Amino acid sequence: MTESRGLAVLLVAPALALVIALFVYPLAFSVASAFSDPSTGAFSLVNFEKAYELYSIDIAYTLFIVVAATALTAIASIAIAGYLTMGETPWLLTGLAWLYRWPLFIPFIVAAQCMRTFLAKNGLMNNTFVAAGVLDPTQTISFLDWRGVLITFVWKQTPFVALLLAGAMASLDRATIEAARNLGASRLRTLIEVVIPQVGPTLMVGSILSFVTMLSVLSVPVMVAGSQPTMLTVDMAFRINAYGDYNVANALGVISYLMTAVTAWIYLRQSVGERRDAP
Amino acid sequence: MIRALSGSVTRAVLLIVLAFVIIGPIANLVLWSFAERWYFPYKLPVSYGVRFWEIVFRPTGVAMQSLATSVLIALLTVAVALIVSIPAGYALARLKLPLRGLIMIIFLLPQAFPGVAIYINVAKFFYQLGIAGTVTGVVIVHASHALVYSVWITSAAFASIDRDLEHAARNMGASPLHTFFTVTLPLAAPGIIASAIFVFLESLDEFTGTFFVGVPTVNTLPLLLYSASMGGNYQIASITALILLVPSILFMLFVERFLKADVLSKVGR
Repeated sequence: MTESRGLAVLLVAPALALVIALFVYPLAFSVASAFSDPSTGAFSLVNFEKAYELYSIDIAYTLFIVVAATALTAIASIAIAGYLTMGETPWLLTGLAWLYRWPLFIPFIVAAQCMRTFLAKNGLMNNTFVAAGVLDPTQTISFLDWRGVLITFVWKQTPFVALLLAGAMASLDRATIEAARNLGASRLRTLIEVVIPQVGPTLMVGSILSFVTMLSVLSVPVMVAGSQPTMLTVDMAFRINAYGDYNVANALGVISYLMTAVTAWIYLRQSVGERRDAP
Repeated sequence: MIRALSGSVTRAVLLIVLAFVIIGPIANLVLWSFAERWYFPYKLPVSYGVRFWEIVFRPTGVAMQSLATSVLIALLTVAVALIVSIPAGYALARLKLPLRGLIMIIFLLPQAFPGVAIYINVAKFFYQLGIAGTVTGVVIVHASHALVYSVWITSAAFASIDRDLEHAARNMGASPLHTFFTVTLPLAAPGIIASAIFVFLESLDEFTGTFFVGVPTVNTLPLLLYSASMGGNYQIASITALILLVPSILFMLFVERFLKADVLSKVGR
């Protein structure tokens, strides 16, 4: 018994060591660096004061982008997964199922390059609107700012959340849906009042994973939008590359961990609440 | 009748709009890769050609070197990840392990934290160790980040194997190690291959970690795409992006064949 437990620890050790050396240790180091005075090394909040002074707009901007993108991703995913579960037009179901997954495994940097050309003033989007007569050539504007970042994130993350949701919806008990429909509820009402409450936890997990992913992306804000305001990932890279200022960069890092921690807390509170409600 | 028809038209328009939103950006990438000249106010490229493809695919070209570096790093990352994940996945699936839940979560953490703040510090340590800007440095960063896929999926693959088959081999006198290599490992192979594909793609597409740890000497395809795009060379950037798209889209089309439902249902448990 003791022997097999020792063997188990031995088998896990190399993988665990890799994560500890390349993640846990740098994480601890970044927190320590964020809270220490750059000249004396003593505990101090001076880096956070400086980070707030220089980057308060970017902190708010980052939060706005990831919250808005997560919300829009959730809405788009519910629409797609909901139609895949309850739609009645066979050719539309086939078309949608074939279409929606395309961006799923496209790397962020490729998505950024796609959008950098697609959303430009003279990009395919505006050109199509002009050709279709929706816009006049003089009315076209570039979307390469916060809107572009938002669009890229929603475009890239929706297939992932929709895939999870469609899976969860497919495994629901069809009887609850049929019952609501037989009682005369419209498909939209059935979706909102019967289906979504039952897939709530899956929607939550998908949204939280998207939220954290978007918070970590460097390429999209750099390539899709201009420099001011920008997301915290870009500020961290700039702080290091331009000034070698690890203390303020790590303070910004800790601020982004806090955003992650808040979402993790919301998730844990919800899943604990659910367990308490369970019979 | 007319209502049904207008309903169909509405649905068709919706599907076309959705197709434009999803395929449009990718189509723009393809257009750029074949555009020899494209400037305002022309809605489509002024002249088409494969000149930039020739530049990218020239054997001595920078793109081919980046592709070779990317593939080398991805293969080494798969090797490192599998070497540590197969024993770990087996232990997590089959053996009694203290704090098993916590260990599973630790592998998830690198994916669940904003990476840039981690990478800047890793780059600093690597610089002190003398492995900044080396393939070795990039490979271990990629491997640590991808372990969640390899450990969780190999563990699920081992967990989905019928234990009776192993017991049968043991009863017939096979040693535990012999049983593992002739019965358990071959049965878990589809799941392990699936995890290897995940790790390979994760490494191939990785940008942020390589950006901090690999510069200036390790130049992968995502880094080439980034510098070409920021330098305004949209043709090279678009062709590089298309090269990166091929494995991603192939994987999307075939993922369900690699990852069977019995394994999928055990991932993360």
